[in-house]
Amino acid sequence: MRVPLRQRLWWFILRHRNGLTVWLAAGGLALLPLLMPTPYHLGLVNLIGIYALAVLGLNLFIGYAGQISLGHAGFFGLGAYGSALLTVGGWLTPWPAMFLTALLVGLTAFLLGLPTLRLHGHYLAMATLGFNYIVHLVLVQWDAVTGGPSGISGIPPLTVAGVAFQTESRFYYLIWTAVLLALTLCLNLVRSGVGRGLAALAQDEEAAAALGVNVRREKVRIFVLSAIYASVAGSLYAHYFSYVNPDGFCIFKSLDLVIMVVVGGMGSIWGTLFGVSFITLLPHYLEFLEAWFDIIHGLILVVILIFLPQGLITGLWDHLRLTLARRRLLARPEAP
Amino acid sequence: MNPLVRPPLLEIQGLSKNFGGVPALAEVSFSVPAGSVTALIGPNGAGKTTLINCLTGLVRPDRGRILFQGRDLAGRAPHEIAALGVARTFQNLRLFPRLSVLDNVLLGLTPQAGSSLWQALLRTPSLRHRERRLKLAALEALDAFGLGGKADWPAGVLPYGDKKRLEMARVFVSQPALALLDEPVAGLNSQETAEVAGLIRNLRRQGRTLLLVEHDMDLVMGVSDLVVVLDGGRRIALGPPEEVQRNPLVLEAYLGRMSVTA
Repeated sequence: MRVPLRQRLWWFILRHRNGLTVWLAAGGLALLPLLMPTPYHLGLVNLIGIYALAVLGLNLFIGYAGQISLGHAGFFGLGAYGSALLTVGGWLTPWPAMFLTALLVGLTAFLLGLPTLRLHGHYLAMATLGFNYIVHLVLVQWDAVTGGPSGISGIPPLTVAGVAFQTESRFYYLIWTAVLLALTLCLNLVRSGVGRGLAALAQDEEAAAALGVNVRREKVRIFVLSAIYASVAGSLYAHYFSYVNPDGFCIFKSLDLVIMVVVGGMGSIWGTLFGVSFITLLPHYLEFLEAWFDIIHGLILVVILIFLPQGLITGLWDHLRLTLARRRLLARPEAP
Repeated sequence: MNPLVRPPLLEIQGLSKNFGGVPALAEVSFSVPAGSVTALIGPNGAGKTTLINCLTGLVRPDRGRILFQGRDLAGRAPHEIAALGVARTFQNLRLFPRLSVLDNVLLGLTPQAGSSLWQALLRTPSLRHRERRLKLAALEALDAFGLGGKADWPAGVLPYGDKKRLEMARVFVSQPALALLDEPVAGLNSQETAEVAGLIRNLRRQGRTLLLVEHDMDLVMGVSDLVVVLDGGRRIALGPPEEVQRNPLVLEAYLGRMSVTA
């Protein structure tokens, strides 16, 4: 018996919904520069891309694995300074520099994660915050190497086959290709046994362990992965602006990253793009409130965490799922 | 063959554990024959939960050995023990309420799902095939435990009886060599209890080995081949249910005490 075409098409869409959504997003993003009125606006979208890369990794760690890090701006900064130092010093060209930096930052995260990921909640937050504080202090104080508060300038742009990603529109295609790749890796991860293990240990570590999840190893691995995401984002940041200084990598930046995760929703990979866009664009549309931004960010964080502890997008989505399931349960009463 | 004379799958030898000087387990020894249902009973505080926790690696015993298929489990990490084929349920349900029913069952197949981060990130063809196979196995287990139509529901909204069955499905989906059921009928009504008893008999007929911790005496006497009685951390009796029921020590420590309170 032949299955009608319509039905087969529907099955195809259902089965490949993740891949199709990524391609659809890629198509939309490819056309987006045409809609941007000025290079300034495209620059904003590029900045969103850079932060999205870092926040995708952080969301795996915070949202999916249920941990907390107030230190990811530290990894972001190490990535940016690693690339800056290696290329400005003439040691390496940008691509190998980015790769080596990511490797070293991954190693740093591994060494930091081994002792600190035994901690939970507030303690883990403090430990990672301390790490970020140390990184920032070193960047500011170690004048001879990091250039102190004035930073490092003259960082060369990334090039592919002689084409430098110098203009806003060229960098746009580079960064958003990277974001879509990173996003696809995240989507793959959460649909695997490893991803299920992370979601399980976020809710109940003991039960997850009893089912065969190596809780300590999984936490360290996802911490390292998220640090590498942040490092690559930092490297791209350095090459894009061709200038870095310590301001962008202080502990308040880490808080911003966490707020982006929360607005995007815990564990929501597509939500990440919304969270990052929202927090990045807010100051540009509410410029007259500039002096109040720390308070506004704090308020956003507090209000969302009080009413939707799972974050904005995930919280609303969970609410919808639960409501539908409860309604079905009532519509189909069975012997309890 | 009489299950009591089959070779033991699990042998517990001189297991001891103190909590702050108070003995929770003192020199407990018994073995679980392969393909049998062994029940572990005893009044509250007898050390049943401590024993199960030692078996699954949540508690490290002070002394003694836990031989499972020739390997000593004592002191191993929980995830290693799970990978060796020991699965458990928890006294109070330990489902993942925000995950779907299907994902909860798939988590019972964690050792089979592979732990390579690269394969997971790249979603390699071998991983894709494996995931499909595991998903089929999980859906079959859901059917077998009467949860067929609820695969995509969040586990948290299921009624209590369904949650109990989901936890059982999560244990048996991996066809574990040894399944530990910690109070599988606690909180169920008599009809649901009879259902669970049927499930247990069915699993035994399929050759599964079960270690059951239970307060419900009717269930214990009805389904088990062998009963181990703990009291104050010591093993006070061991034998087939009819024998244990007549043991004066057990009557005094357990059934006697129950008849006084009843």
